[in-house]
Amino acid sequence: MRGAGARYLTVAGFAEGVRLSVPAIPVMALFGTAFGAFAAQKGLGLLEATLMSTLMFAGASQFVATEMWTEPITVSVVTTLCLITAAVNMRFMLMTASLRPWLGGLPAWQTYPAMALLTEPGWLIAMRYRAAGGTDHSIVLSSGIALWLIWIVSTVLGYLLGAVVADPRRYALDLVMPVFFTVMLVPLWSGPRRAVAWVAAGAVAIVTAEYVSGSWYIIAGTVAGTLSAGFIDERA
Amino acid sequence: MGAGLLALLAMGVSTFLMRAGGYWLMAHVPLTARVHRMLEALPGALVVAIVLPIAVKIGVIAFLAISAAAVVMVLRHNGFLAVVGGLIVAALARSMGM
Repeated sequence: MRGAGARYLTVAGFAEGVRLSVPAIPVMALFGTAFGAFAAQKGLGLLEATLMSTLMFAGASQFVATEMWTEPITVSVVTTLCLITAAVNMRFMLMTASLRPWLGGLPAWQTYPAMALLTEPGWLIAMRYRAAGGTDHSIVLSSGIALWLIWIVSTVLGYLLGAVVADPRRYALDLVMPVFFTVMLVPLWSGPRRAVAWVAAGAVAIVTAEYVSGSWYIIAGTVAGTLSAGFIDERA
Repeated sequence: MGAGLLALLAMGVSTFLMRAGGYWLMAHVPLTARVHRMLEALPGALVVAIVLPIAVKIGVIAFLAISAAAVVMVLRHNGFLAVVGGLIVAALARSMGM
């Protein structure tokens, strides 16, 4: 099935991946800008914010990490940041797992870089391309690189913008994070039966936030929601 | 910046492990229906657990903003419009003294 040529990245596939990324650019740029502005408001340095976008390329976890960033950085702060980052980004496991059937036959040195740069829009692009009969796997890596560059540049722009806004509350910039997360939540809605996990997560998180200091409420709520989804048997 | 750089690198590694992990695991471990259901529910549960306590802390204005954003998202399926819409609603409400 697999010709020798199909195992290697192609220029045409690279160009196609960049072309497929174009519709995703406005959202990516907006979220990158929002993150940059948020990081500036929270007192992160420009270098730190830019490095975070470069190394992580995962908006939701970057917002949370910025929120929890506390100086001085001790071993326990680093540990907490890594655990939270892993928890927020665990959803990537599902996305990259779903690409295995398509990419599994390719050499690891070609697929893991593409996985390292995979995001929700990139994953959607790949799944749609595949569903439409596309076969050139180069588009996964090239759309990843294109979106990654947009993300880094917009982070810098947003940071510079956020640093000059004197009164962030007036432009509702303090609400960027809850609004951003709510928008992420909408496509995850899969009917009232599945909403049990959300209710459990929300209730446990609010109660924990009330009585326990720090960010434990995030972990407590997530564990409660995830477990409730796992242990409620459902007939589809 | 030394310790900060270390933290950033560690978070980068942690994020990479999640991305590589799903791809790697898929070839080595069969996902049971329950584990799959839990992994599927995880992002939503996490987002709710992050947003709700913050919204409660900020107050009515936060609920206005997130409701507006959610409505726009449901109607238009456009993340850009939804975020901008939510923030505009909040900024307007504040300018009117809420």
